[in-house]
Amino acid sequence: MECGIFHTTYQQDMAFRHTWMEKARLVLLLGFIIIFPFVANRYWLTLANQIGLAAIGAIGLNILTGFTGQISLGQGAFMAVGAYGAGIMANRLGWPIWLTIPAASLLTAGVGAIFGIPSLRLKGLYLAIATLAAQQIIDWLITHWTSLTGGVEALVLRREANVVLGVALRGDRTFYWIIMAFAAATTLFTANLFRTRVGRAFVAIRDQDIAAEVIGINLFLYKLLAFATSSFFVGLTGALTAHYRGIISWERFTIETSILYLAMIIIGGLGSVSGSIYGAAFMVLVPAFITNVGRQFQTTIPAMAQLLPFIQQGIFGIVIIFFLVIEPEGLAKIWRDIKSYFALWPFSY
Amino acid sequence: MEKLVQLTVSGLTNGAIYALVALGFVLIYKSSDVLNFAQGELLLFGAYLTFFFVAQQGLIWPLGVLLTLVVAVFIGVLIERFVLRPLIGEPIISMIMVTIGLSSLLKAIVNAIWGPVPREFPPFIPSHEVYLGTAVVGMDRLLAIVIALILLGLFSLFFRYSREGIAMRAIADDQQAALSMGISVRRVFAVSWSIAAATAAVGGVMVANIVGVSGDVSGVGLRVFPVVILGGLDSIPGAILGGAIIGLLEAYTGGYIGQGLSQVIPFIVLVLILMVRPYGLFGQEIIERV
Repeated sequence: MECGIFHTTYQQDMAFRHTWMEKARLVLLLGFIIIFPFVANRYWLTLANQIGLAAIGAIGLNILTGFTGQISLGQGAFMAVGAYGAGIMANRLGWPIWLTIPAASLLTAGVGAIFGIPSLRLKGLYLAIATLAAQQIIDWLITHWTSLTGGVEALVLRREANVVLGVALRGDRTFYWIIMAFAAATTLFTANLFRTRVGRAFVAIRDQDIAAEVIGINLFLYKLLAFATSSFFVGLTGALTAHYRGIISWERFTIETSILYLAMIIIGGLGSVSGSIYGAAFMVLVPAFITNVGRQFQTTIPAMAQLLPFIQQGIFGIVIIFFLVIEPEGLAKIWRDIKSYFALWPFSY
Repeated sequence: MEKLVQLTVSGLTNGAIYALVALGFVLIYKSSDVLNFAQGELLLFGAYLTFFFVAQQGLIWPLGVLLTLVVAVFIGVLIERFVLRPLIGEPIISMIMVTIGLSSLLKAIVNAIWGPVPREFPPFIPSHEVYLGTAVVGMDRLLAIVIALILLGLFSLFFRYSREGIAMRAIADDQQAALSMGISVRRVFAVSWSIAAATAAVGGVMVANIVGVSGDVSGVGLRVFPVVILGGLDSIPGAILGGAIIGLLEAYTGGYIGQGLSQVIPFIVLVLILMVRPYGLFGQEIIERV
């Protein structure tokens, strides 16, 4: 039982994990991630991959919305830029996966920065609608620029694009490792980002942008940087999805995707890296759970098959409202409360 | 020339419908600083309720519309009480997300009750064609303009002269100051949500009469965002002008350039105008201090 944290060196003070409990949990988590693909069946493996992909995107969005305070309703479109960017680079330029993924992410970062320009003058609701405009404009470009994107038809990636050094990267298990590696790198990067000058500037802008400007933060530069960093990870999710699925269509990247990702960070916890991951897991697992339960009842209630999508939609709405009303700080706060309750258990006062 | 006149007329009639829908946004924003993303779904609810009372229950249409309004007011009060009130004073992102959640919930309820199949709206609004010079326009659209103008006028007067309207403006300006002056914020919020829901029901009836009773009705909510933002979130004249501008833009790009482009041009123009005027054309500029 911990009765307090007493640091004696700066190294200890800067560490991510302070107590042996935290370290033990990290080891457990890593162990679970490593053992998981060997024991899980294909269904659970695809779910895990979806969670990993969603976690990268949710962390990306949280950098912008949770940490920098700029609301974006255009993340779905930025994800489309990443996915289509990777797809087009693979098909037209014949680039392999190790080149398309970073290139497509960088491309998305650039596009995100361009659509971040209005943020210099716009705030709050007006900015949210300006990013909604970005979503509509990019959606329209993808469905109408047929010669480049294939329009409303799905874009199928060349199979050779996934070959690295003669090894074909295919299947859920292979991509599990790729996705988890990227997700871990994203988590580490973001957690460290908010200990640097840039990250602290983001947080200062969120808390009070005018005050931040007064103490010498270049608002334009840092807001654009936030849009670019955020879009980079969102684009990374898109590019990985493109290579993982091998097929992309514009319907996966509409305004509903943007809303889904916003819901993830709201439910997980705004301004929390771990919260983004919890939110991603929650928003992937709950619909899957509802579908399973619905299938159970399909034999007893025949109308279930038709009702299921609406039940999903309704529960999605209820969950968002519930979290905002009951626990606005999300799953991250709930987990923190649980930990602090058990930290002094059974002698809590 | 004839094409120009025709496009102008149809653009303006669409603009009037947009303005009517935008009014609901402005009303809620003016009193509670919330941009209601569920406005489109309130339209949907209004359309389906009228469909239910008039087409399915066979009531005469004035009674059906009246019942729709009553139910809409009730829904508005419910939403305010259970969803918005706990969130008073929360950041903008929470307000946006909670109304998005609400829109998802409302859409699910409507779909679960009436199913996703489009239905035909009971034809009680006259829709024969009327000739204005060389342009042709449906009677229902002209009626939409008239209703929009009447409501817009009423609301302008309401905000300027009535006790409730002034209280709403006071609350939007500064909630705490309004509270300390003895204004009941709760009651005013309930009133503004119920009026907004009733306005949305009227808008829903007008839209459904044109596009039919289906999920498309709520899509109008999305198309109206450029209108409200363009005019300025808290401005009724802005809603009218924004509606006219977006309606005309859509009609002209649709008529002269191509159908697909008319969906995206309003958004491009919106971003360009916002770059010059960050609070829309008539929106109140917020002076911030540290």
